[in-house]
Amino acid sequence: MHRTGFFDHMILLFGVFFMVGPLVVAFMTSTHSAADIHSNGLMLSLGNDGLSTYDKVLFRGSGFTGEVTGLSMTMNSLILGIGFAVGKIVLSMLAAYAIVYFRFRFATVAFWLIFTTLLLPLEVRIMPSYQVMSDLHMLNTYQGLILPLLASATGTFFFRQFFKSVPEELLEAARIDGAGPVKFFIDILLPLSRTMIAAVFIIMFVYGWNQYLWPMLMTTDERFYTLMRGIKQILQVWVGSQIPDYNEAFALAVLAMLPPVIIVVVFQSWFIKGLTESDK
Amino acid sequence: MKRVQFQSKTLPYLLLLPQFVIISIFFYWPAAQAITSSFYIEDPFGFGSTFVGFANYTDVLFSAEYRAIAAFTVVFSVLVTFLVLSLGLLLALKADAVIRGQSAYKTLLIVVYAIAPPVAGLIGMMFFDQHIGPFVKFVSLFGWDMKVGLNYYDTAFAMIVVAVWNQIPYNFIVFLSGLQGIPVSVREAAAIDCKSGTRRFWTIILPLLTPTTFFLLVINMTYSLFDTFAVIDVISKDKPANNPITLVYKVYLDGFRGNDLGSSSAQSVILMLVVLVLTMVQFRFIERRVHYG
Repeated sequence: MHRTGFFDHMILLFGVFFMVGPLVVAFMTSTHSAADIHSNGLMLSLGNDGLSTYDKVLFRGSGFTGEVTGLSMTMNSLILGIGFAVGKIVLSMLAAYAIVYFRFRFATVAFWLIFTTLLLPLEVRIMPSYQVMSDLHMLNTYQGLILPLLASATGTFFFRQFFKSVPEELLEAARIDGAGPVKFFIDILLPLSRTMIAAVFIIMFVYGWNQYLWPMLMTTDERFYTLMRGIKQILQVWVGSQIPDYNEAFALAVLAMLPPVIIVVVFQSWFIKGLTESDK
Repeated sequence: MKRVQFQSKTLPYLLLLPQFVIISIFFYWPAAQAITSSFYIEDPFGFGSTFVGFANYTDVLFSAEYRAIAAFTVVFSVLVTFLVLSLGLLLALKADAVIRGQSAYKTLLIVVYAIAPPVAGLIGMMFFDQHIGPFVKFVSLFGWDMKVGLNYYDTAFAMIVVAVWNQIPYNFIVFLSGLQGIPVSVREAAAIDCKSGTRRFWTIILPLLTPTTFFLLVINMTYSLFDTFAVIDVISKDKPANNPITLVYKVYLDGFRGNDLGSSSAQSVILMLVVLVLTMVQFRFIERRVHYG
């Protein structure tokens, strides 16, 4: 019994090393100077140039217009993450409420129309989506960044599953007490869904924050660049045999991963609940 | 559905309206456009378009380049799915077995879920970098001269490693919660009947985990087909020339770089059909053999 425990720990430690090691190295290396990294490779210890590198990445203007800073990109990523999460929760709660709690004609049709959107991620219909956005003059706007990402049914399914698990007696009791659909939703269902809303918010925020392809196409105006778009910019320097400033590249990577990592770690239990409840 | 439901003539439609506005403008309209333009060839200078029937489709399907990319996509998806499933399950089994430090392992192993694919790609690039990459230095001891971005297979290797790394946490969480959902009584009974831990795993635990595995299979397939776009873009350094790419990347490449709307749309439609068929096959054939406890 003792021996198996030892091997279990060995495998887990190896897993942790493989999973978290690269993140630690990325952070440590970002605190060294570019020349240092270039001659000595990746680092496992704290360097002395961390503050100046992060200061440069956060506040120094870069890009074509010189207006893009790490800070402005962080703001845009926040707007995208929060806007997407809030939009998703509002849309999908309303739709799921209609599907679960109402008897109406075309209910099945509505269900399938929503379900179909799960089959076709944005990446596949990227070209026509871009054209639609350009026809609607929504390129380089926040709504253009957020709205098309909302067009999928993940959240709706999540809330549908959750609403179905809410005891029927609650609705019966509420109806006996004379509560209408609106009152039932606001006074009973909404408070019951608090944890679920938090869980969906975390998952959707991470999803929105981490979007890459869509912001890359939608934002040609540098004022709308997100952190992921900034990563793309580093790569464009890298093309050919050009070598980028490794320290700044790492610092940007750390900046881009920090908020979602903190959220996932801090709200771990909600987050795991959200991920595992949605598959049932 | 609920036994008791509200009856209202307008309210359900009002509730559904926002979602439907969004999906019709941003899903159904573009999807319809993709289907329409897949039958046309657009004039490169913007002077209208010509109806060509299925020419875009046949051009795509008969091109050797497209077939090579399709072959790579299949290999890539199968490898990523398999590796992610087995590593996720292995870690979940071990995390479920240990008593001390379980929550610490759990926290550390899920952190990477939050890392965006492009960031994962960027970090991966550093580890596989010609000048500073520790992995490159390490394998050179064994005579492997790794050149990511120049050598097709080395690049593919880096892409698979990064894609797997990024997806393990999700599989780990779902498997772990699946494992912890198996009733203690079942485990105890199994432990009494069968001494060998390995045999217990294959005959009791794994069959009970099939619904979880099935769910993850679908998720991982979709992940490796679509969500790895950023990993591919970052690791090929935006320069797909001789590098391995997947079908989704090709859709983007032909549409935005090549300005070939017709071909890109035809490829979109082909991918839609592939996803549709995959989903149907999964539900028809695999789910039948799945054990739901």
